[in-house]
This record gives sequence, structure tokens and C-alpha cells, in this order.
Amino acid sequence: MDIQKRCPHFCWELFKSTFLISAFTVGGGFVLIPLLKAKYVDEYAWITDKDALDLVAIAQSMPGVVAVNASIILGYRMAGLTGTAIALIATVLPPLITLSAISYCYDIFAANPYIQLVLKGMQCGATALIVNVGINLLKKELKKKLALPIAIIVFTFIANLCFDCNIMYLILFDGIIGFLFLRAEKYN
Amino acid sequence: MIYVQLFWEFVQVGVFCVGGGYASMPLIQARVIEAHHWLNMSEFVDIFTISQMTPGPIGINAATFVGMKVAGIGGAIAATFGFVVPSLIIGIILAKLFFKYGDIGPVKGILNGLRPAVVALICVAGLSFILLALWNTETMPSDFMAIDWSGVLILGLSLVAIQRKMGVIRVLLASGVLGLCIGLLHTL
Repeated sequence: MDIQKRCPHFCWELFKSTFLISAFTVGGGFVLIPLLKAKYVDEYAWITDKDALDLVAIAQSMPGVVAVNASIILGYRMAGLTGTAIALIATVLPPLITLSAISYCYDIFAANPYIQLVLKGMQCGATALIVNVGINLLKKELKKKLALPIAIIVFTFIANLCFDCNIMYLILFDGIIGFLFLRAEKYN
Repeated sequence: MIYVQLFWEFVQVGVFCVGGGYASMPLIQARVIEAHHWLNMSEFVDIFTISQMTPGPIGINAATFVGMKVAGIGGAIAATFGFVVPSLIIGIILAKLFFKYGDIGPVKGILNGLRPAVVALICVAGLSFILLALWNTETMPSDFMAIDWSGVLILGLSLVAIQRKMGVIRVLLASGVLGLCIGLLHTL
């Protein structure tokens, strides 16, 4: 692609900037995407603003982690499969290194009784976090007052909790329902 | 072959993980804890906690941690790679379609069906976090009076702090310190 000709260090620059953003951004996709956009669009002009926005919208609507998805398709737009490979590796490498190191330490530290007390406290904090996410998402869906999405919530909750239904079948089933009945604009 | 098994489990998590990082939690819980017993619930909540405080998306962090724990660094790479492979394939296909046709219409419908499903599944995951934090069990407690009151206190305070917009890392650190202090008071 022409970008590579215009900028001889393109591959290295892409790797370096993506790696650094991924390494120092705590908080997942919604923090990371604006940073990627600032680099790719505003600083280097590797991609137009409109393309970036459209692609991020796709990244948010496909399976997987938003940050990884965004780097895959932004990389693809900028430099084809090479771009995808570079951006993907640069995004995944920092957490891979950090978590490998932490997991190694975890096994050593987790046996310590004081660390156990701290972890137990943090488990309560983490529980508050996920409960908060659940409540917020639930509120958002209920506020729309649409019958079918609410029915899906109730059905999926009961099927999984009380009848121990396989999550993957539930997701497939709900996806098919969506494909058949939820294509109207108001469900977006 | 443990590497192939790790790879395959996380391919499945990657395919069905729709709607961001939190959506991967119930899936990882189903495959890694309930189907394979590679981790126990307590270790799983610890990964979630650690992921919130380190750079990188939760899904990638969890894949790395689980892989590392089960089969060392090779396992970490196999699991992480497995997790991103579905995104890679689907991302490239969607990007191609988008540049050819300018929209991804039918995908929207599927997503509208999946969003409520994910909300329900995150709520179920939240419930199992609560059971672990307050009753130290993975199933419904036989004795509801055996509740851990210090857990209730930390969880309640954390929830208030989060809703007052306190940062995630601060909430987790504070809940860890609180857990340590209460635990030390108990032993006195």
C-alpha cells in the first residue's frame, strides 16, 4: 500500500506507537481507542477521520475484545495483512508480558496469609465492580422499554442460572432471534 | 496436548465473546472453571481484580493468566493466540465487506439480540462473585446466616465509592487495605 512507500519507517512506527499505547493504558478499549485514533489520524495521518470512526464502530460490534478488534481492522485499513499483524502483535504483547510476570509472582505470593487478606478484601471490591456494571447495563436495557430484549434478558438469566444451560447455545439462540426479529432501527 | 486444548477453549471464548471485556467473564468461567477445573472461583476473581489494575483488556489478561497457570509460557501464548484468532478472521472479513458494500446491516440485528443476552450473563456472573465474596462458596449457600459481615461492609463501601465516580484502581486498593486491616483485627 502507498503508506509504506510514503513513510519508510511505517512498520516500526506503527509497532512502536501501538505497543506503547497498549502498555500504558489501564482500562480497556474505551480508553485505548481515542489514543489510537489520536496517533493514527491526528499525528501521522495514516488513516482518515471518517474511516477510523466507521472502523471503530465495526470493532465494537464484532466478537472479541474491542481494543484488539480495533487494532486488527485499523491495521488492515492502513497496510493490509502486514498492518494487521503488526498492530495485533503490538497490542497483545504488553498484557502478555505483564500478566505472565504477575501470574508467576501470584503463585509465590498467594500462599502468604497477609496477601490472602488483601486479596480477600479486593475480591469484595471486584464484586462491587461487576455488580455495578451489571446494574448499569440492566438499567440501560430496561429504560428502552422494548418487550423482546427484556424477554431475552429474563429468559437467558433463568436458563443459565436455574437450568444451567450452556452459555454458547444461549448466545447462538439469542443471536438468531436478533437476526430474525431485531433488525429495526429502534433496537440499535 | 494441553496447548491445543488451551488454544481451542479460548477460540470458543473468542467467538462467543460479544460486547466487550466483561462479556468474556461468564464464558471463561464456563469453560475454564466449570468444564476443565483449570482454576477455582477464587483464583478467577483474583484474575479479574488484577486485570482491572494492569494495562490490557480483561479477556487477554485472563487468557494469559490461565495459560500460564496451566502450562507455563507456552500455554499463555497458546491461550492468548486462540482468544484473538476469531477476531482476526471475522475482523478481516467484516473490513473487506465494509469497504465493498459500505455497511454491515444484518450483523446489527444479531448484535441487538446478543446485547440483552450479555447483560443477563454478566448478572449471573455477578451473582457468583457475590456468593464467593460473602459466603465463600461457588454454589447456593446452605446456610444464609453464615454470611461474612466484613465482606458485606467492604462490598457496600466499594459500591458507594464506585457510584460516586471513584477510580477503579483506587477502589480495589482501598478494599484490599480494608480487608487486611479487618483481618488483622480479627487475629488480635
